[in-house]
Amino acid sequence: MVGIKSYGAYIPRYRMNHNTIFTAVGFLGTFPPAGENAVANHDEDALSMAVAAGIDCLGDMKREMVDCLYLATTSQPYMVRQNSALVATALDLPSNMRTADFIGSIKSGTTALLSAFDTVKGETSSNILVCASDCRLSKPGSPQESLYGDGAAALVVGSDDVIATFEGSYSVSYDFPDRWRASGEKFEHAWEDRFIRDSGYRQFIMEVISGLLKRYNLNIKDFAKIAYPAVYAREHGAIARRLGADPGQLQDTLISTVGETGSASPIMMLVAALEDAKPGDKILVASFGNGSDALFFQVTEKIKNITGRRAVKKHLNSKKELTSYEKYLAFRNLAPMDLGMRGEMNIRTPMSALFRERKVVLALCGSKCKKCGTPQYPYQRVCVNPDCGAIDQMEDYRFSDKKGTVFTYTGDNLAASIDPPSIYGFVDFDGGGRFWFDFADCDLDAVKVGMPVEMTFRRRYVDEASGVHGYSWKAMPIRA
Amino acid sequence: MAEGIKDKVAIIGMGCTKFGELWDKSADDLMVDAYQECVEDAGIEKKDINAAWFGVHFEEQSVGKGATSMALALKLPFIPVTRTENFCATATEAFRGACYGVASGAYDIALALGVEKLKDTGYGGLPGGPGLMGTKSALIMPKLTAPGAFAMMATRYFSVYGLTPEEGKKMLAKVSAKSHYNGARNPKAHLQREVTEEQILNAPIIAWPLGLFDCCGVSDGAAAAIVTRADMAKNFRPDPIYVKSLQIALSSGEELMYTKWDGAHVETGYRAGILAYKEAGIKNPREEVSMAEVHDCFSITEAVTMEDLQFSPRGKVKEDIEAGRFNLDGPQPIQPDGGLKCFGHPIGASGLRMLYEMYKQLQGKAQLPERQLKNPKLGLTHNMGGFPAMNIISVAIVGL
Repeated sequence: MVGIKSYGAYIPRYRMNHNTIFTAVGFLGTFPPAGENAVANHDEDALSMAVAAGIDCLGDMKREMVDCLYLATTSQPYMVRQNSALVATALDLPSNMRTADFIGSIKSGTTALLSAFDTVKGETSSNILVCASDCRLSKPGSPQESLYGDGAAALVVGSDDVIATFEGSYSVSYDFPDRWRASGEKFEHAWEDRFIRDSGYRQFIMEVISGLLKRYNLNIKDFAKIAYPAVYAREHGAIARRLGADPGQLQDTLISTVGETGSASPIMMLVAALEDAKPGDKILVASFGNGSDALFFQVTEKIKNITGRRAVKKHLNSKKELTSYEKYLAFRNLAPMDLGMRGEMNIRTPMSALFRERKVVLALCGSKCKKCGTPQYPYQRVCVNPDCGAIDQMEDYRFSDKKGTVFTYTGDNLAASIDPPSIYGFVDFDGGGRFWFDFADCDLDAVKVGMPVEMTFRRRYVDEASGVHGYSWKAMPIRA
Repeated sequence: MAEGIKDKVAIIGMGCTKFGELWDKSADDLMVDAYQECVEDAGIEKKDINAAWFGVHFEEQSVGKGATSMALALKLPFIPVTRTENFCATATEAFRGACYGVASGAYDIALALGVEKLKDTGYGGLPGGPGLMGTKSALIMPKLTAPGAFAMMATRYFSVYGLTPEEGKKMLAKVSAKSHYNGARNPKAHLQREVTEEQILNAPIIAWPLGLFDCCGVSDGAAAAIVTRADMAKNFRPDPIYVKSLQIALSSGEELMYTKWDGAHVETGYRAGILAYKEAGIKNPREEVSMAEVHDCFSITEAVTMEDLQFSPRGKVKEDIEAGRFNLDGPQPIQPDGGLKCFGHPIGASGLRMLYEMYKQLQGKAQLPERQLKNPKLGLTHNMGGFPAMNIISVAIVGL
């Protein structure tokens, strides 16, 4: 039976309270509702968050088993250069696989998921990682700024050992011009909210859920949880009442804790529902965006086997408030900040070298000496163990899933950084291997020699002149 | 078994410019200045020079690649000129090349000159950029700067030897205060002001735990030496200075990628020291080496170097620092000229600048009597290029 085998999610550490936004741009007439948004750090984007959710979702699953990756997003850094292939490389997935980007609408998360079920049913792939991630740029002072949050979710779709069976779906599609962003544009445009709410949001969600209930001869009360995004929080409840659902059936929309996460939103809600689900529960999920996809699932006994995921809950509780709106603008490159002459040096990524070294740079793979067993990063041909020195006796060794401890560190005020001091140090990996890395998501005062760390895939730089978004791995304190 | 070059080569002339932010001097000007003092000191003419070695590190900041810039600046008459580059040991490598050229019998007289024009970058600190690290490294290395890389050694030293940051910083403050004292007595130094330990401790942090005064200056400068075969040396002057050893050691990757290194010392420094002492026939460096100019790019570097070169026992340098062992009036003065701390560090010039101080001290010709050491016999210079985890160390020993 086709269904979901595993789940994972990612919510960035920073949260920005809507009061912070109001204090900064309230003069423009923006009055955000109470709540806070998850805000990606300066070195995060849709791809780095997709990788983080993917890692959470894959858990101990052998990476070689994944034979397809679908990425859903509306904030992909690349228009040409497949974003899902980059995510697959970072996750060290095998190359004999299918990758595809699902972009252009915030319902792309559910569309990618539906496509994954079809792909498994069609027996062209057997374990599909679906990542949905959004990190959208909003115009300062726009309603979207407080509405949108950054986040990602991931699911493995397959046909064996499923924790929830995929029972059916219903889709509607409209060229609904609520929000749009043309090619080359930085920010999206929006039509009047009342139009979006009354002619789109309410209509499509009602239509798609009613359609699903009718197609499968179901009653709304059959569902343990009903999840659909809260583009308009009050209307979200009104729709439920019209559908005859009890408030207790509604899955938390995360609207006031994470924000509306675009493509990721319905998948994150599904993950949160699965975190609390019991065998036999029926779960209904619907997306919103140029129509809607509704899907329903039935949870199996195997749900009990899923442990150790941070998913939505743990990530929600692991947070730090971003109190400076100016810093947020700097992180998003929405205000030109002075990094000094040192920060103006040209970065040029040698693409041929990047491709040659993709496992080292993007997948954090090194080598392990078959003779003496020493793991080493980056990949070496000559063993670094002075008592060994074997040549070409190496096998690939992935460090991205290894934890480690801080060997030493510093907080550097000279290095050009949008968030000084630039914190970096050496990591000694559990099981062997040492290298130096930038540190992410940490405060200098909290870093100590011997502190446990894990690895996180981050955007290293954006070179606007050459259009390159560069990525590599950083170390961070163990999250949650 | 190689016998080394002890007492086979002699320095018969040296020159060193004033170091500093020399806005009105180009690399060519600095080369000419150092060269002039050097050949006058040696009492030779240009036609006597058989070959030359030229050290410059950041060629993109000043002179371009290759060695033609020196040949052109000095109008060297179609003689062999070789450029050396080995990070901060660049000048010492130029000197090593010249010494080996003479020791081999290939040449009678050779010139070594190092120069660096750093103050054309537009910002403080050393020039950065991925070009320093090679293509692959640039894609995976953290956003390192020199202060940060050495700060990590301080963090590690404090941790390994159980010093609180306050205790550690206090120890390091004494290192810098001592060098500033010396630099204040040297007319060629960039920074010629004494600084108190309180000022040092209260200075802004550059890279935790290192503050402003834990870092050396960034300067322009050049220095040069004329070397000849030892048996010819007294034809030129009565007081030539003899080369006792010239050694370098480079990281194997063990420090960066293997987990044995403690991060609280520089392995190459220890290894290069052993090689140099063997070549020079030194059994007890703490007692036999009269004075040294070591690579104090940062205060922590000087501190661990005292241990690496076996001037202080491992983990015990704090006691020696507190006892004033390395002060100008101590038993083993370190950085009598003020060090990198006060001269700054024009990369391609520093090694020869250090030798200049040893040379002058050994000849009893330190510019001011108050900084002339009493009867030094052996002087050591030490350069460290790169970062504690991946570097080159050079050790040169010269004496009477």
